[in-house]
Amino acid sequence: MPLETLAITVLWIFLYGYLIVASIDFGAGFFAYYCNLTGRDHIVNGIISRYLSPVWEVTNVFLIFFMIGLIGFFPDTAYYYGTALLVPGSIFLVLQSLRGSFYAFAHYGARNSKAYQFVYGVTGLFIPASLATVLTISEGGFLEKTGDEIVLLTGKLFTSPYSWAVVFLAIVSVLFISASFLTYYADRAKDTAAIKLLRSYAVAWSLPTIFASFLVFLSIHQHNPEHFANMMDVSWMFLLSFACFCGALALLLKKRNYGWAFILVMLQFAFAFFGYGQSHLPYLLYPYITIADSIASPAMSQALVIGLIAGLFLLIPSLILLMRLFLFDARYVEGRPVRK
Amino acid sequence: MELDNTMLARLLTSLTLGFHIIFAAMGVGIPVIISVAEWLGIRKKDPMYTLMAKRWVKGFTVTVAVGVVTGTCIGLQLSLLWPSFMKVAGEAIALPLFLETFAFFFEAIFLGIYLYTWDRFKNPYIHWLFSLPVILGSTASAFFIMTVNAFMNTPQGFTLENGSIVDIQPLAAMFNPATPSKAGHMILSAYTVSAFILAAIAAWKILKGNKHVYYKKALNFTMVLSLIFAIGTAVWGDIAGKFLAQYQPAKLAAAEWHFETKTEAELILGGVLDPVTNEVKYGLKIPYALSILATNSPIGEVIGLDQIPRELWPPLFIHYLFDGMVVIGMYLLVVPLVYFACKRWKKGELPRYLMHLIIWGAPLSMLAIELGWIFSEVGRQPWILVGYMKTSNAATTADNVGEMLILFSLLYTFLAVVCTLVLKRMFKNKPAEAEL
Repeated sequence: MPLETLAITVLWIFLYGYLIVASIDFGAGFFAYYCNLTGRDHIVNGIISRYLSPVWEVTNVFLIFFMIGLIGFFPDTAYYYGTALLVPGSIFLVLQSLRGSFYAFAHYGARNSKAYQFVYGVTGLFIPASLATVLTISEGGFLEKTGDEIVLLTGKLFTSPYSWAVVFLAIVSVLFISASFLTYYADRAKDTAAIKLLRSYAVAWSLPTIFASFLVFLSIHQHNPEHFANMMDVSWMFLLSFACFCGALALLLKKRNYGWAFILVMLQFAFAFFGYGQSHLPYLLYPYITIADSIASPAMSQALVIGLIAGLFLLIPSLILLMRLFLFDARYVEGRPVRK
Repeated sequence: MELDNTMLARLLTSLTLGFHIIFAAMGVGIPVIISVAEWLGIRKKDPMYTLMAKRWVKGFTVTVAVGVVTGTCIGLQLSLLWPSFMKVAGEAIALPLFLETFAFFFEAIFLGIYLYTWDRFKNPYIHWLFSLPVILGSTASAFFIMTVNAFMNTPQGFTLENGSIVDIQPLAAMFNPATPSKAGHMILSAYTVSAFILAAIAAWKILKGNKHVYYKKALNFTMVLSLIFAIGTAVWGDIAGKFLAQYQPAKLAAAEWHFETKTEAELILGGVLDPVTNEVKYGLKIPYALSILATNSPIGEVIGLDQIPRELWPPLFIHYLFDGMVVIGMYLLVVPLVYFACKRWKKGELPRYLMHLIIWGAPLSMLAIELGWIFSEVGRQPWILVGYMKTSNAATTADNVGEMLILFSLLYTFLAVVCTLVLKRMFKNKPAEAEL
């Protein structure tokens, strides 16, 4: 595999990892807030905080990893996206900072404050929406290059139906992924009340998710026909994605095998995400940057690949250890004391 | 001062870094101290040390969260505020940035495990073992990010062709001449500041009249570490001085108001500079000291600003920053010595003035880190990539940098206030003796 394909594939895997773990986190924040408003917080809070406590910091790193890796392998992206995204990027940073620090603050007293719950819940929906905008911009048509100056056409971005479809998809997917995972987690914890509530959220957000997916699919056709044609070439991936969705929904409706249901949800998004990514190539920013504009120096790209592989050898076992301790440890999940 | 894009981008970058470094320094140093305390607790079977580790970890969780989010900010601002710099130099610094992220990832995973597995293992050493990857990750990420900064000071390992960097040798770029002195001095000063902060908390409690033996032990323990780390920082500072003399004479000469190249050069402490004649008034001149600092020999030759074109001089006010850093460094060395002298030769209670001195050590050590950083960063102006790229050619061309400066100022103010309140509330009604 050529180096730049390998690089973008690994980075895309990390972005997918972020999509899943961050969705769980963002959705959990929103559900916690919503349950607090409707007086049902006691049902879900235990589940949510047992899961989030050990992983909240890791979530963030998936995204940083993707961004630094992207800049490292494809330095042009820093120039184009960096110049154009000053304002939206800064707003994202502020939201992210509030959310990240609030989680730690909340541990020590602020958790019951309504204001805290509000910030935590609402940023959880704004952050995915703001991040999704970057994907929108990558389709082209929202940046203007005059000489050395790169300007984001904010007005065009805000009035484009495609961009709103993507934002809509981001928000509902977050809620759907999160609810399916939390249902599974509650099931492992044998917490009947939480299962019931969270399962109803998962079912409720399933249809908007698939509806939004179709909407994005169709609006790409309008916005970037070339990309849409490429998507048609890998249409089997989107069909598989849809099949996984149907399977997940069936299991949720039948109230069993929540673990499999969540795996199917992950596969649903994996197929759609990688199908989208594959058909997006060779462009990283249509039509300015392609993956051919990767690093020019062979020594540096070699060093990066070695660094990447060494790093993965370190990360993957560590992540597995983290999951074994907190995700797959029945006593921990059930909230009982663990001693080994 | 003209508020153009370059100046605004510089202000915003300094604001983010200046705020981040407070938490970053603690993030690097405190895990080391916690780990030693936990280990002592297990080895000596002394619950006091275990409690120290547990209490410090609680506060640390809050500060590390702020460190993580502000670190994310600076990581992204590098591209948002300096896209032209990243376009040229991004490729040369890709490896250390990448490795830094790995180290950070590694640290984040094990920090999560460490924080939430107290009392989970029958053998207490297993939990303690999880502190080691946290230390490894935090110190390694400090090291890697310092190599990036070092590269900006002494760029090497590439050739410049038509304004773009080619023929990169990643390891040469990473292990550039500035790397050892910068990374070592920074990591050790992070350890020092952390030890002093924890010492100050114990001293504060003792000063308030709390006689519990926990605080005495905590104070003694942190004072031992403060002394070790402060000595290390000072020794490494000397290495850093010699590095400057050899590789960045402009920075050292501006810091010392050393205008004429000469042997037997004197070190100037304090003083006021006449901006027209460049004469120093009221300064304390220590003969031969600059030659010794720069070359290890009292008669060594030190390059002065006369060898540097006027338009490439760093701002001369960095002299005060340098002096401030050095004087505080000395203070941090003397205070633990006074403490041990008092313990050795004075019977009974430790004097109150000593507690005050220790408490002042915490904010002063943090101030020294800030001063040192501003000195180092402003000292390489007008360059962003010394010898290759001027700062004025690197800033973003986008509008709204001023608004973003205001936005982030508000954010950091808010975070600082909430963080302080949370930390205060956490420990106010929960003294250590109640937890034993």
